[in-house]
Amino acid sequence: MTRAARQVGAVVAALVVLAVLWETYKALGPANGASLDTTRLLPRTDDRAMPHLWTVLTTLGSPEVSGVAGSRTVGAAVLFGALNSLRLALLGLLLGAVVGGVLALLMQRLRLLEAGLLPWVVLSQTVPIIALAPLVAGWGGVLRVGSWAWSPEASVVVISAFLSFSPIAVGLLRGLHAPGATEQELFASCAASWRQELVHLRLPAAVPFLLPALRLAAAGAVVGAIVAEISTGTRGGIGRLIIEYAQQATSSPARVYAAVLGAAVLGLVAAGLVALLDAAVLRRGRLA
Amino acid sequence: MSPPSAKAMVEVSGVTQRFGTTTALSDVSLTIASGEFVTLIGPSGCGKSTLLRLVADLLTPTEGTVHVAGKTARAAREAQDYGIAFQQAGLLEWRTVLRNVELPLELHGVGARERRARAEELLEVVGLADVADKRPSQLSGGMQQRVAIARALAAKPALLLMDEPFGALDEMTRERLQDELLSIRAREGTTVLLVTHSVSEAAYLSDRVVVMSPRPGRIAAVVDVDLPLRATGTPTDVRESPEFFAATTVVREALRAPARVASP
Amino acid sequence: MRRVLPGWAGTWGRAVAPVVVAVLALTAWQVLVTVGRVAPFVLPSPVAIAEALGAILPQVVSAALATGANALWGLVAGSVLALVAAALAARLGWLRSTLVPLAAVVAALPIVALAPIFATMFGATSELPRQLVVTVVVFVPVFVNALRGLQSVAPVHADLMRACAASGWAATRTVTLPGALPHVFTGLRLAAAGAVISAVVAEYFGGLQSGLGSRITSAAANSAYPRAWAYVTAACALGLLFYAAALAAERLTTPWNRRTS
Ligand SMILES: Nc1ncnc2c1ncn2[C@@H]1O[C@H](COP(=O)(O)OP(=O)(O)O)[C@@H](O)[C@H]1O
Ligand SMILES: [Mg+2]
Repeated sequence: MTRAARQVGAVVAALVVLAVLWETYKALGPANGASLDTTRLLPRTDDRAMPHLWTVLTTLGSPEVSGVAGSRTVGAAVLFGALNSLRLALLGLLLGAVVGGVLALLMQRLRLLEAGLLPWVVLSQTVPIIALAPLVAGWGGVLRVGSWAWSPEASVVVISAFLSFSPIAVGLLRGLHAPGATEQELFASCAASWRQELVHLRLPAAVPFLLPALRLAAAGAVVGAIVAEISTGTRGGIGRLIIEYAQQATSSPARVYAAVLGAAVLGLVAAGLVALLDAAVLRRGRLA
Repeated sequence: MSPPSAKAMVEVSGVTQRFGTTTALSDVSLTIASGEFVTLIGPSGCGKSTLLRLVADLLTPTEGTVHVAGKTARAAREAQDYGIAFQQAGLLEWRTVLRNVELPLELHGVGARERRARAEELLEVVGLADVADKRPSQLSGGMQQRVAIARALAAKPALLLMDEPFGALDEMTRERLQDELLSIRAREGTTVLLVTHSVSEAAYLSDRVVVMSPRPGRIAAVVDVDLPLRATGTPTDVRESPEFFAATTVVREALRAPARVASP
Repeated sequence: MRRVLPGWAGTWGRAVAPVVVAVLALTAWQVLVTVGRVAPFVLPSPVAIAEALGAILPQVVSAALATGANALWGLVAGSVLALVAAALAARLGWLRSTLVPLAAVVAALPIVALAPIFATMFGATSELPRQLVVTVVVFVPVFVNALRGLQSVAPVHADLMRACAASGWAATRTVTLPGALPHVFTGLRLAAAGAVISAVVAEYFGGLQSGLGSRITSAAANSAYPRAWAYVTAACALGLLFYAAALAAERLTTPWNRRTS
């Protein structure tokens, strides 16, 4: 507990230092920044490029559409956007976990499949699969699968799943392979079935590998959801909000900062959920 | 406290070592003469490694003093008066075998040509001249341990400290390395302090076996070993001699009944 | 229980099986698209993509160079910063206890979302905002792994250095730095992949229309699907190139280290 408290304190301290640096540069830095040829190396310090941090906070309370009675606040928009994206990211994570889990089990069972597939799954982590986002986005509203029309939200979920299946497949497979020869021979000597070996030996051994994989997958799912929203133009999520507010930067520059703040919180919440799962598994492991 | 005597290579007096609430060593005194071969034996956790690390100045005693080669342990360490080999070979896997043996010389600023010559000579001694350019990961456990021993000998130390150096090896390799160690020691006149948990190893190698007992760690018995065949016979002769059997019996009994101080 | 491949398949299988899978997948893809008459907006056929790629190769290459340059600059800047930070954090306890939790937090954030903020700060008319995004993305894995490496000196090596009365700098040079290298390269490998991915994605947030990411979006917007897929293919090739380069650097620099698969 004290350790966690100290870590939170350290992060808060770091954020305070960053905030102080921000305001100090804004107060003392050159108004027009510094440029080399056409590339600006130091940012401008005006309120449009670098709003005061308190402006960012107060903008959360301001109405989204000024002059219209009953308009929701920017803060509410960011909150709803982040929640909506979280929902899609978690659905994507779930789909990715199922696909990744099935792939890992199949590869563990069939070594030929492992030999043929695993290199591609590993390599898929090194290439921008996410580049497909604008293409999957095109499916929204046009593609029909039977009576069900492909919704833009489905594109977001699929792209999120794309970014989360591979860490899970690789991590789980490594975990399934973790038991040593001795343990395997013990199970073989008991004439245990593949299912028994899986349930009593391999899956428990895979848990410590699965949780870090899940953390990676969750981060991937969040990025996937945000980027997919941007390229699909799906409304209602934080990704779309970032783009909308970025386009309003001339009139209300603080808004895009508020939206990015929302995206950051979204990432932290997703990581927090995985950490909770981690803690729950640990506690059960200790009781068992 | 007596001043360090000139002839003693190691002089441990009244040393107590505590780690938090555990007392690893309690009031231990031990003197090792120059040229002597002494082994420390005792059950796991009785403080053998702790005593060796005190001599090596890898630990500073809670109470008492340690002198090596007539200096404080620290001065002796800084003067590279001892070489040390651990239970794990602890080779630097990014260096070749030769460069591993050169390491202590390199750290003490010996010139490249000289340290290379010395390392090659030592690899010859431990029978590994042909793998000088290999990396440690390409060697078997026994070969790695021989490299570690060569490294410990690199700076021509007056004292060799070894913590269960053969502990992880099979019996055959182990016996071969024991004989190698004895011949190196005979050639270089090195004083040796070796930790072991093998009764026969202790009896075979040492002039004196220091038997330790746990909780708290202290010296329970000191057994003098005299194997006349060492000078004249083959290793097999020594291992099969009645004196060797007698020595192992005494050590074994001292381990079992730690209170009695025995001598064959 | 274990399906063991027959001898020839064990050695050959490792190399051949992935190729077989790729050929089968491409063939199935082609057949599915042609026979199933899948609309190109869903999935163009591999042949159509290859034709598009051949037709616009010069544009693809120039876009890949623009994105690759961003990824490279960010990779270099982020790695240098991360290595300096890790070296300092390894020495300074207070810095370590601040940066380590901070890095863990940053690792959970969707960093690419910073792209529009950097664009407002530095202007959307240069590549700098994207390079900065890559820098932040790269920093985290390199820092975390380098610090882990610097702190992973084996106890037996620490004892050895003390026994040899090695000075602090000598111990750093002979034991700490070489021991940390494999960890650093683990970080760099992760970072190399992340650099390309984030360089492409940062372009989705607007700005200059120079790189692969912006070309993919504009081709998709123009319903030129095979062309968009051609740019995606180039993005994947760029990712593989960076990864392979990191792997090669690792093999060359740490030949004793056989951990990597
Ligand atoms: N660095 C240390 N910190 C805490 N306790 C230690 C440390 N080193 C040794 N001990 C304790 O001191 C006792 C003696 O340890 P050691 O000298 O390693 O025994 P041996 O080598 O005879 O097996 C043990 O109880 C051990 O747990
Ligand atoms: Mg020990």
